[in-house]
This record gives sequence, structure tokens and C-alpha cells, in this order.
Amino acid sequence: MARLFELPVWEASGQIRSGELSAEEYVSCFLERVERLDGEVKAYITVVREKALRQARLVDRKVKAGLKLGRLAGVPVAVKDNICTVGIRTTCASRMLENFVPPYDATVVERLKAEDAVILGKTNMDEFAMGTSTETSYFGPTRNPWNLERVPGGSSGGSAAAVAAGMAPLSLGSDTGGSIRCPASFCGVVGLKPTYGLVSRYGLIAYANSLEQIGPLAFNTRDCSLLLSVIAGRDLRDSTTLSVEAVGYGEALGGNLKGFKVGLVKELMGEGTHPAVVEAVQRFAGKLEELGAWIGEVSLPILDYALPAYYIIAMSEASSNLARYDGIRYGFRAEGEGLDWSREFSVTRSLGFGPEVKRRIILGTYALSAGYYDRFFLKAVKVATLIRRSLAEAFKKFNLLLAPTMPLPPFRLGEKISDPLALYMCDIDTVPVNLAGVPAISIPCGFHGGLPLGAQLIAPPLGEESLLKTAEAYEKAAPEMFRRPPLG
Amino acid sequence: MEEKGRAEKHISRREVEHVAWLARIELSEEEKELYTQQFNQILAYFGKLAELNTEEVPPELHVVSLVNVYRDDKVKKPLSRGEALKNAPKKREEYFEAPKIL
Repeated sequence: MARLFELPVWEASGQIRSGELSAEEYVSCFLERVERLDGEVKAYITVVREKALRQARLVDRKVKAGLKLGRLAGVPVAVKDNICTVGIRTTCASRMLENFVPPYDATVVERLKAEDAVILGKTNMDEFAMGTSTETSYFGPTRNPWNLERVPGGSSGGSAAAVAAGMAPLSLGSDTGGSIRCPASFCGVVGLKPTYGLVSRYGLIAYANSLEQIGPLAFNTRDCSLLLSVIAGRDLRDSTTLSVEAVGYGEALGGNLKGFKVGLVKELMGEGTHPAVVEAVQRFAGKLEELGAWIGEVSLPILDYALPAYYIIAMSEASSNLARYDGIRYGFRAEGEGLDWSREFSVTRSLGFGPEVKRRIILGTYALSAGYYDRFFLKAVKVATLIRRSLAEAFKKFNLLLAPTMPLPPFRLGEKISDPLALYMCDIDTVPVNLAGVPAISIPCGFHGGLPLGAQLIAPPLGEESLLKTAEAYEKAAPEMFRRPPLG
Repeated sequence: MEEKGRAEKHISRREVEHVAWLARIELSEEEKELYTQQFNQILAYFGKLAELNTEEVPPELHVVSLVNVYRDDKVKKPLSRGEALKNAPKKREEYFEAPKIL
């Protein structure tokens, strides 16, 4: 019998709505686990225990009164700490925003509340979402629930670790170059990066706005679909959102994969990919084949250029986006009397930002500066065009593309943090998706030395339904891949 | 040492200082040293893009082309002065307090 925290969300919310399960009991069960486990895992920066319990009791009262309740009635959600929550501090895991309390909610948070979800807390991340391991957080690293000596992936490491450890049934992350999929893979959960423009970025603290999307993390595919259905859809406050009707993604689930064509991306399976990862992804492909899909191989040589193009664009946008942190209207401000404007500004930013954020701002400033703009930024954007075209070409032959999510199993804390380029290289399989603006999902597909591995499915723009349908079919056929870490 | 000599050509320590100043980030001596070395490695890697001929390729940044997104120009409730000032590290009466400009 499943323990309460293991109950799928779609089932728990149904029980809460029908009065079979009290929201207070359900929310308390996660709060109890946070209290017991998060001292070691450190998935959260802030837990709003009292607020969450109050909200849960409100849901229970609504049930008793026979009021209509939303799709996430009484369901706790952990929110990445770069997504604004009114009245709850939102730090971006940075000293710069250590005490920032947003006066408004992000659109996605409004949508959660409108469905009667309960915000449980704010999750740890790489500072300003810049990282692949959640080690650059000002508040200290999150640890992988499968092995506390290993990283949980990043930058949404806290969101993935919280779901894996049963410290939240659902969480929101953001994905600029893999920041949802990477930690989903390293922690053994499901994480989806939506099509650019499907989910509103209003209230997401910007890092590289042309690349990033907010997206769901969950323990199973159906729950992931449910959370996506809640947050997707047009928002007038984000003019890049698409005019598409929010779909009930759960309806796409079920059925077999007959006639589905899946292309295994050659360039992302080659040299530099850990043999255990290659083997797990091949077995994943084999399973899809058993389910009726047709598996072929596709070569996309342009992907060899995706990583430098991604980093140039991301750093350039970061240098512009993070120029707003001047310590005047909000954020950290260095103490200092009699410093002139520029100097006070420079000292504030020097002390307020950590090493990786400074690295990216300075390199981005360089890539945009006179004399280097054409060679770096413009060139990178043109390469993004080529990558998008190359994927579009591949999607003429295949419904989905398949690749590893990460080229290696979760590595040790401290193993790569002093070598930025080595850490950047870990994003090789995830960044093409952001450059092309297409959706992708990471699904648990194996274990190596007791650590989870993930397979990545990539779809054409707005192909979320086929990603979820395929993931769910796999989940049903290989339930042994969807396991809980041995944490208690 | 040879490695360092070869890498030096992408960006010098003086350039790192200059760009950091443009970005308004004061660097310590150690940071200048470390960043110069790391930036040279990273820029050497970025140089890989030069292998590609992109002369005929347009720079496009969006998957789905959106043009002229309009919304009604309606007045909405703005943040109150108190809310807007709430997060300011230094304020005086109803104003943000900024460093001296002149």
C-alpha cells in the first residue's frame, strides 16, 4: 500500500474534493517530511508552514461547504525561488535578493492559487538559475536524495530533490538551458520544458528571456500533465505567450505508440557520453519499440555548435537583464558613505553576486561590446537559426527525437565547480531544445550505481501532448524506473 | 605554461578589468587573475563557432513569429507608494535614496 506522500496527485486531489482525505492531513504529511529530511537534502530556501496549513484548512472548509474546488485542491506545490510569490521572500538563491519580498504573484502562481493549490515553500537553485548542480546557491548546495554526496543537478535542483524525496508532490522549475530536465534526470523524476511561449514568464526573474520557460516537475507523468494544464496558456502580461487554448494534457494519455516515429539523435549519443547512459537510453528506445513505436537514427551535425551558441546568448541576455540590480529600489546594497554612483553600484554588485553570476555578466558584456558583437552574439543567434531549421527538418521524418538528458550520471559535490567550462559541457544534450524553442521532457530510464539516469524526448513546437503520451506509455511499461530514493 | 601563453591571446587582464567596469562589477586582484584565465579557456571554446559559414543565415530568435501584440490601454491599479518602497534598502520619507551623482 502506497504511503500518503506517494499517492499520485490526481488521485489525492480527487479524494480531497470528495472529502475522503483532508487537505490539512495531506499538506501536513509533506511538512512532516520536510522537517525530517530537509536538514540534509536542503531542497528548500523557505518553507511557509503556517501559510500552507491555513490554506489547507480553507480548502477543507470549502469542501465541507460544498463549494466548487479547483483541479489542485489541497495539493502542496514547491515553487522555485526565482518565481515571484506575493508576501513570500523570493531570493533567486542570491545575496542580492536575500530579503526581497515580491509585491505580486507570478502568473503561474496566480494560476496555482486559482486551482486551490497550496504553496509549500520556495526551492533552492543555482544563483539566478546559472548552473547545472545547485552548488552556486548563496544558501549552500542542495544534495541529491539518492546519494547525499552527489549533486541533484541544476539549476532547479531544489524543485527536483523535493519531489524525489517526497517533500512535495509537485514543483515548478524554470529551464533556460536544461534547468528542469537536468535535475529531473539526476533525481529520477519527470520534468518538462514547455514550448517557448506556452507558459507565461510574468513574475519569473529573468536570466535569459529568449530561452527560458517555467515548467512542471512531478513523480509521474499524469501529475506532470496536470500541473502543465494548470500553468499553460496565454497571458497578456507576457507578450511572448502564444494564443493557444490551454489543453487538458491528461486527455492525451493512454493508448499505444503504434506508428510513432522516434529518432535517436546520433550526435548526442556518441563520444563523451557515459556508457551507462548510452545503454539506458538504448533500452528506453527498445521499450518504446515494444510499445509499437518505430525507432530510427538521425544525424544533426549542427548540434556540435549548440553549446557555445547557447552560452553566448544566455550570457549576453544575462548581462542586460541583471543590469537592473543596483541596490536602490530593492536588493542588497553595500554600506559605504561618500562613494560616487558608479563606485557604489560596482561594490554593491561585487558583493551581491556570486562568482558564476559575475562570470556570466562580464562575459556577456564582452560578447555584446563593440567589435565583438558580430563575432559572438550575432553569430550565436544565426547558429540558433540553423539549429531550429535542422530540428524542423528532422521533425518531417520523426514525431519525436530521443537523446540522453545528461551525458553522465549525477557527479560528486565539488567535483566540477572549480572548472566552469567542464560544468558547461554537461549541458550539451539539453541546450539545443532551448535554442530551438521546442518542448522536451526528461523521464527516469535507468540506474547506475544507485543513481538515476534520464531519457530526453523532444517534440516539435506545441508537441507537449505527444511527449506526455509517450512518457506515460513508457511509465506503464517500466514502472520499476519510477522509484523513491532510500531516504525513509 | 605553454597552455597559458597560447590562451592569453583571447582576452587580457586589462580587458577583463575594462569589461568588468562596463558591467559595474568591482573585481578583487584574485578575481581578475582567475577570470582572465577562465575567460581565455571559455572564449577559446566559443571560437568554435567561427568554423561555420553563416553569411546567408538570418538571425532569428523566436520559434513562432508573433507580431504586434496589443492589449487595451486600460488603467489598472498600480503598486502603492508604500509597496513600491517596501523593498528599498535605503529610503527617505517617500523617496528611494540613491548615491551621490554630482
